[in-house]
Amino acid sequence: MSALPTRRDPGFYDYLPYDSRPVIRWPGGARVAFWVAPNVEFYELNPPRNPARAPWARPAPDVLNYSYRDYGNRTGFWRMLDVMKRCNMRGSVSLNVALCEHHPEVIEACAREGWEFYSHGTYNTRYLMGMNEEQERQVIQDSIDTIKKHTGQKLDGWLAPALTYTPNTMDLVAEMGLTYVCDLFHDDQPGPVKVKKGTLTSIPYSLEMNDTIVYNVNLVSPRRYGDILKRQFDRLYEEGERSGTVMCIPLHPYLIGQPYRLAAFEEALAYITSHDKVWLATGREIAQHFNAHYHSAFMAAGQAVGEAP
Amino acid sequence: MSNKPLPEDYLSYPLRRYGMDHDRYDWSMLPRRKPVAWPDGARIALWVVPALEWFPLNMAGQPFKPPGAMQTAYPDLRHYTLRDYGNRVGIFRIMQALGRHAIPATVAVNAAVALRYPSLIERCKALGWEFIANGLDMDHLHHGGLDPAEEKRWIEQSLDILRRATAAPVRGWLSPAKSESFQTLDLLGQAGIDYVCDWVNDDMPYAMRTAAGPLVAMPHPIDIDDYTILVNNHHTEDDFRDQLIDHFDVLYRESAHEGGRVMAISLHPWVIGQPYRIRALEEALAHIMRHKGVWPATGSQILQAWRAQQG
Repeated sequence: MSALPTRRDPGFYDYLPYDSRPVIRWPGGARVAFWVAPNVEFYELNPPRNPARAPWARPAPDVLNYSYRDYGNRTGFWRMLDVMKRCNMRGSVSLNVALCEHHPEVIEACAREGWEFYSHGTYNTRYLMGMNEEQERQVIQDSIDTIKKHTGQKLDGWLAPALTYTPNTMDLVAEMGLTYVCDLFHDDQPGPVKVKKGTLTSIPYSLEMNDTIVYNVNLVSPRRYGDILKRQFDRLYEEGERSGTVMCIPLHPYLIGQPYRLAAFEEALAYITSHDKVWLATGREIAQHFNAHYHSAFMAAGQAVGEAP
Repeated sequence: MSNKPLPEDYLSYPLRRYGMDHDRYDWSMLPRRKPVAWPDGARIALWVVPALEWFPLNMAGQPFKPPGAMQTAYPDLRHYTLRDYGNRVGIFRIMQALGRHAIPATVAVNAAVALRYPSLIERCKALGWEFIANGLDMDHLHHGGLDPAEEKRWIEQSLDILRRATAAPVRGWLSPAKSESFQTLDLLGQAGIDYVCDWVNDDMPYAMRTAAGPLVAMPHPIDIDDYTILVNNHHTEDDFRDQLIDHFDVLYRESAHEGGRVMAISLHPWVIGQPYRIRALEEALAHIMRHKGVWPATGSQILQAWRAQQG
């Protein structure tokens, strides 16, 4: 067994200061490109073990945590969908693609509203780490094929399952024709990702606004989450007058669809979507606009990063 | 890190199919079910479930430490006594809060509590509360590594103790820390249990399969729970009250067009029963009980009403 090479810097992007880069203009003079990314996930009760990570906190069967996730599909998703419809907001579904087989009704409900589907791997209990290139290609091809077959959509976006990676992930998704990733958290605007082949853009996704982080890690209250969302939006809206910004709300139906969390979320979403200079977009639409107008300018403006001691 | 690829079974998915990846229950979407009608046109079945727990001083905490477990080197007097506070003091504040609105609790009881504090069981019984089993104590966790014969003994012993102490049938089961093995449901079915409270995937009862016939999963929450919100999440008492109220309001609104809902509240007397916290429960209950069409019910009453409308 030989160790894989590691690097000190991911090598995916150059340095590009926030206040001195090409100016972004969104369609219709919008200041903020706003998108909502529900993670529609399937967690397996008893998946094979990846040596790098146990699927569940408790020994199998982790009934508590498994059923908590299952709440999202049985119950929470439908409430979240209603809120999104009431706010005229389309979702960009971060999809564990096996859900197309397990719960096609959920896929149909999203498709009916014109939502985008992008890949969040096969299952949220199958991690990429430890995969060789061929195995990882298989997973990405499965996502491309499954989303095409069940929704007719071309797969454009990627958020690695359970945020697990190999050093090859970015190169492979770009080479296989995807155009954006949600895995990098270094910016409030889109930016090019340096890959061997293809054109790949990082679209701001945000862990800070992600209900998993907010609720499961930071343990905040629902009304406080509503406040956080509004504060985030207000500042990005203000700054977007100079150059367009991106705000994403990543969601998990098992969390946001709990009755006691719904009202505060709806209030925040209604607040955001009621502004006139906000572009209610999907991940693909933001990536297309950026790639068509700014990708090469951003690439050219990037400053080479110096060597750390 | 090694270059050795993951085994091929890591990319094979034998259970990738329509519905669930197991056979315990069917895939079902809450808003697409036949609406349920509660007795007398009620919209919300209010189900309050305090747990009477006993955490042994010398607990092993295997295979994991349940919420509320001992933390320090032996003897952890601070955590032992604070948990026991619930059975001596806190539960009586809950009795008072529920009594004001004639809400019958469904109390989940460790068998150890039934043996140690028989007068507490008598008090609950006198209030007309329903008893459900909560295993032997908080240091007997059902889990995948447990020998099935041993688990069977634990279940039988838990039920035997509680049924004797209460002279009640004991139809419901909550596993300590909601932890099950792969055969827990089968063993519960064999032991004559009608409903189980470990699964948190629904807001309504639903049918489960066991080797001994059907069992019903009752919607017993992990989120609308004093321990989760006050102890784990460090929210204020007012925050707890607001979350109960917001939860109720959404369910109440849904019930206008989707049929009856269950609002379940999980309580731990050692948490909510503290003097500075109990008012949060009182204020939330006052909000809930001000509404028309709230049916304070026990688990068995909800089960009976729900079952009568299935099939």
